[in-house]
Amino acid sequence: MSFLEQYNYWVVIFLMMSGFYIVIAHGNLVKKLMGLTIFQTSVFILYISISKVIGGTAPILDDKYNVYSNPLPHVLILTAIVVGVATTALGLALAVRIKEAYGTIEEDAIQEKDLQQEGSTE
Amino acid sequence: MIQHLPILQVIIPLLAAPICFILKEARLVRWFVLIANVMAFVVSIMLLQQVNLHGTLVYSLGGWEAPIGIEYRVDELNAYLMILVTSISTITIMAAGSSLTKEMAESKQTYFYIAYLLCLTGLLGILATGDAFNVFVFLEISSLASYTMIAMGNDRRSLWASYQYLIMGTIGATFILIGIGLMYMMTGTLNMNDLAERLPEVEQTKTVFTAFAFFLVGVCLKLALFPLHLWLPNAYAYAPSIATVFLAATSTKVAIYVLLRFIFSVFGFEFSFTHMPLTEILVSLGLVGVIAASVVAIYQTNIKRLFAYSSVSQIGYMILGIGIGTKTGLTATMLHLFNHALMKSAIFLALAGLVYRVGSVNIKAFAGLGKQMPWTMAAIVVGGLSLIGMPLTVGFISKWYLILALLESNWWPVAVLVLIGSLLAIAYIWRLVEVAYFKPALQNNQSYKEAPLAILIPAWIFVIANIYFGIDTSFTVGLSERTAELLFGVAK
Repeated sequence: MSFLEQYNYWVVIFLMMSGFYIVIAHGNLVKKLMGLTIFQTSVFILYISISKVIGGTAPILDDKYNVYSNPLPHVLILTAIVVGVATTALGLALAVRIKEAYGTIEEDAIQEKDLQQEGSTE
Repeated sequence: MIQHLPILQVIIPLLAAPICFILKEARLVRWFVLIANVMAFVVSIMLLQQVNLHGTLVYSLGGWEAPIGIEYRVDELNAYLMILVTSISTITIMAAGSSLTKEMAESKQTYFYIAYLLCLTGLLGILATGDAFNVFVFLEISSLASYTMIAMGNDRRSLWASYQYLIMGTIGATFILIGIGLMYMMTGTLNMNDLAERLPEVEQTKTVFTAFAFFLVGVCLKLALFPLHLWLPNAYAYAPSIATVFLAATSTKVAIYVLLRFIFSVFGFEFSFTHMPLTEILVSLGLVGVIAASVVAIYQTNIKRLFAYSSVSQIGYMILGIGIGTKTGLTATMLHLFNHALMKSAIFLALAGLVYRVGSVNIKAFAGLGKQMPWTMAAIVVGGLSLIGMPLTVGFISKWYLILALLESNWWPVAVLVLIGSLLAIAYIWRLVEVAYFKPALQNNQSYKEAPLAILIPAWIFVIANIYFGIDTSFTVGLSERTAELLFGVAK
């Protein structure tokens, strides 16, 4: 029973692991970034889950309600979202530059070209 | 003014960064960045004075008291590290002008300086803050700025190195975020001081164990503990020389500070070392790191990569010192943290001068350089001797304390392995010395001149510091002992 009661955490773990798996398993740089974003988003949901108070309303001051969800994690996650966006933007910018410099965004191909370059300079 | 010092420390480089955009002209920006760095350095010295006078400084951001607002908390440990970071940053910036002019287009330099300042902001912010979530935010500021700096190298491999660092760094940061979230979940606070008070009540729960594990792995990724170091060698090897100096000397050190702060001040010594198998983890990984990274370093042909691997092994020594879990061990870590920053600044700055003249850091290009660039090579050799741990250099002092700490705990097999690590360091330094001093210059090598003074003088400042603090140890040993006591004092 308690298994289903806390289904939100199962969602978090599922998202986290799938995101992590994508980062590790995929060779395409843009797909890796997608995985990274899913991975980060799962943590956002974790924070939001923590802040929920059962029976609580949105944290708006009103005489009719006295049980509120905790607003602090929401604010923290706003910051973390900004950080996540900046990271994704920088990662995509790097992917563009890598495409220009190497002509590919596949991990294997890039590493092969690096090996060739190292071989030729020696 | 005086009571605002903790925030000034962070805000000076933060505000200086956008002003660089307005100045635009790279030459103006260079001087402006130097001034900002000097100001940050002065503030850090004033902070240490204040700490010595009044004890721990507590600063509430925006006048909001601690449980609601963010709190900056500066004690001797942070103040000491702030001086280290700002002084290295200032001296490095002195050399930046000529080195950058050689390595990147004038139009790109302004952006490099901006990233540099933001990275400095992030590092100082991590040191100043007393709020767990703030640590994450500053960590990301400094990391994003480092990714940018690394990607500005003139080899295309720098892009790939930066991308790999971005992926691994973000995973590390997200792990830290999970750890902090779980801590908040159990205690309802993000203030480190309050966390330290409330965590003991709930410490026997799986959530706190998980929080600790996530946090530890995240920070160890950031500080490049073996086997989480894979991002580091390429990042250091292909970044612009100045970025390598700055990152190698400061950013991993600040990550070690975060580790110390959370292990000792937040979770407490009791929890970290008795309830968690921290000693086993840190000592074994530290030792494997020392040996494995040194062995890999011996086989490198790119000298910047060689010293990057040596950084990984030196980080192993620091982690080993923490893992011993005694006051002497921690003193050794603090000493090595300071000393390693000096060694690597000297070496990488001298390499920056070498890149300026020779344009390559391949070991073959070193042939005969001992005669052609005596001062530059001498700087690298002194730094290298310090890495090995020769007496009269700083490296000896920290190794001495580490061995002392190991023998004190009767771990002589580990002490033997540490000495083997030093022997391996002799092997990789010797390879370099042999090529530079005993091989004739290549036929088509035109005779190189000495590195420009603008790079050589900052490099030699660090070399002299390496020797000075190797002979007069009262300052560094005294501070390290006091900070180690401070960390243990908080734990009890």
